[in-house]
Amino acid sequence: MEMVVVAPPAPGRLEDLKRRFFATPLQALLSLISLAIMVFVVWKLLNWAVFSAVFTTSGGPEACQAAAGACWSVIAARWRIILFGLYPFEEQWRSALACVVVVVMTVLSCIPAFWTGRRIALVWGAGAALYYVLMKGGVLGLAYVGEEAWGGLALTLFIFVTTCLIGFPLAICLALLRRSELPWISRTTGLVIDGVRSLPLISILFTFAIVLPFALPQWLQGDKLYRVILGSALFFSAYQAEIVRGGMQGVPAGQEEAAMALGMSYWQRIGLIVLPQAMRNALPATINQFVISFKETSLVVIVGFFEILASGNAAYGTGEWRFAYVEVYAFIAFIYFIFVFSLSRYGAFLERRMAVGER
Amino acid sequence: MVSLLRNQKVRNALLQVLYVGSLAAMVLACVMIARRNLAAQGITSGFDFLFKSTGWDVNFSLLPATANDPYWWYFLIGIINTLFLGSTGLLMATVVGTIVGLARTSSNELARLLGRTYVDIFRNIPLILQVFFWYAVITHLPTPRAAHQGLGMLLTSRGLYVPVPNVGNLAMVATAVALIAAVVLPVWLGRTARLSRPVGERLGIQVAGAAAALVCAAIILAVGRLPDLPLVDFPALQGLNLRGGLRIPPEFSALAIAIAIYGGSYIAEIVRGGFKSVGKGQMEAAQSLGLSPWRIFTLVRLPLALRAMLPILANQYVWLMKATTMGIAVGFTDFFMIVALTINHSGQTLEAIGILMAGFLAINLSLAAVFNRINRAIALKGNQLRG
Repeated sequence: MEMVVVAPPAPGRLEDLKRRFFATPLQALLSLISLAIMVFVVWKLLNWAVFSAVFTTSGGPEACQAAAGACWSVIAARWRIILFGLYPFEEQWRSALACVVVVVMTVLSCIPAFWTGRRIALVWGAGAALYYVLMKGGVLGLAYVGEEAWGGLALTLFIFVTTCLIGFPLAICLALLRRSELPWISRTTGLVIDGVRSLPLISILFTFAIVLPFALPQWLQGDKLYRVILGSALFFSAYQAEIVRGGMQGVPAGQEEAAMALGMSYWQRIGLIVLPQAMRNALPATINQFVISFKETSLVVIVGFFEILASGNAAYGTGEWRFAYVEVYAFIAFIYFIFVFSLSRYGAFLERRMAVGER
Repeated sequence: MVSLLRNQKVRNALLQVLYVGSLAAMVLACVMIARRNLAAQGITSGFDFLFKSTGWDVNFSLLPATANDPYWWYFLIGIINTLFLGSTGLLMATVVGTIVGLARTSSNELARLLGRTYVDIFRNIPLILQVFFWYAVITHLPTPRAAHQGLGMLLTSRGLYVPVPNVGNLAMVATAVALIAAVVLPVWLGRTARLSRPVGERLGIQVAGAAAALVCAAIILAVGRLPDLPLVDFPALQGLNLRGGLRIPPEFSALAIAIAIYGGSYIAEIVRGGFKSVGKGQMEAAQSLGLSPWRIFTLVRLPLALRAMLPILANQYVWLMKATTMGIAVGFTDFFMIVALTINHSGQTLEAIGILMAGFLAINLSLAAVFNRINRAIALKGNQLRG
């Protein structure tokens, strides 16, 4: 919640205030209504979340329940299960470190210096490998922890990163296939893309998690986690492919023709001329797609994964903290908010930055 | 052979056959394996199961449903539930989105700030988290004995109980139609009479239209009334339970509220974009013609903005319609949950997945068709100047 700071009416400022908020009776009414809503909400929220809230675990759930405000002690008591799920207690530093790795990787790929195909692939490849080693262990003296014990924020981030890592190259392939000059290849790919796009993500996750084992030979089934990631990557790539294709359509035809005239091969044309320009065109929409798919990782809770939402449900669900569901959801919402909001702010910044070149 | 491969045409044809063939082979192999695995479990493939009775119940249905009903009836119930939840959610989201979007484009700084805060908060929290949150809030409401009361409604952990008129089903539908007509008719009459009649007369026609529709509604209610019962059935506490009224289950309300709030924040951005795209010159021209602020809004800004935002809005509606599948998270029997339950109970996996895909394809295509029509109707005709 943003705080509204109303400056004290200094002489001279009064005129300004009047002009800005009370120019006409209608404006004045609008200002007063908005101000009333803001003051009411901010006051209620502050009162609940800060002034009458309980922050320590010393009183236990009973003292907390009696308080008028929020009971943040549930977070103090259960934050580990929310963030790390069922990961072994002594090893949870690894889970935390893995989360840091993902954050660092995301921040690095936001820096323009890393925006070449090779560097970005290197950062994400290395990051994902580091994450995997940290979480799974079994090497370098780290104890082995199977995927079934992964959970909480760490699992959410893992699903997000692998979805993008698999989905992005797949999206470029799909976009190229759909742009193909061979009619049957482009038509079939179009059918696949549009088919996936018309389905809800939940039904795809459900199919991959629960139905696919029936339809695959034993040796191809793999772990449920990886099947779900594949499903979510397929969904991501169907949407991203259309974004990439849109970006390619924004590249003037003359560019490719000039490359052809220089005698460049198909892959040289695509890799050196078309894709770099197309990705630039598609960048704002791509960031938006990342934001959406980060939010959509939360859907895996439906096919039975212990990601941050499910671990939150577990954190308040049993026994003594049952009353504190609002606090737990607020905490999870806050975590999502931090990730998603900063990503989308970054997207808006990029859009402004790119608009500079087109002025 | 090698020279044949060097031929561009042959190579292209071969590539296409290879690509389409391998995709088709993959799908076919999956289906074959699935059929064999299912047959090993004693499940015969085919659509015969549609006519068998299900043996399980749905917790929400607008149509009469018992465990003896066949599967096809349950699929129908699921589709209707999805459409009902979707349209309720869309309607509410549109109202929320329009209000917030207008606040975001308003000339008042405080209203803009309020709108932006709303959008920033609710757009950045996953929908399913909001669904869980509202579901938890509603199911933690007081028990029927200590229900919140107001306006004849009861708010309890078992859902919202609202008063309903004691009339037959058919009369209920007819009344709803008449009430919708009471809103739509004046607007339509106003539009058709706009050019040919003076303002005063037009208003008279509109009022007459609305009144006629309302009278129709009243007559239908009076005729369709169930004998020996009060006209309105108020929910009331009876012993430990609640009697009467219509119960809106917490699953439905949680989903509808979450879709309204989350969808509203997206629609607000679309509304804002639409209004932003209306050229400043249009408004200045309208002002210089001496139109009142209200008429500038309804006659100039709104139609132009609507035209700009409709295609994006259509996409958003399709997305929100698909979001109803989150019903399965809280146990609302929407179309997808019916499919999932069917797979669990009957094992007819492939058929159920096929029906799921066909159902969503049909929903999406019909939504797209409706919006394309609206879009064509309001699109600029001919080669007028734009901008």
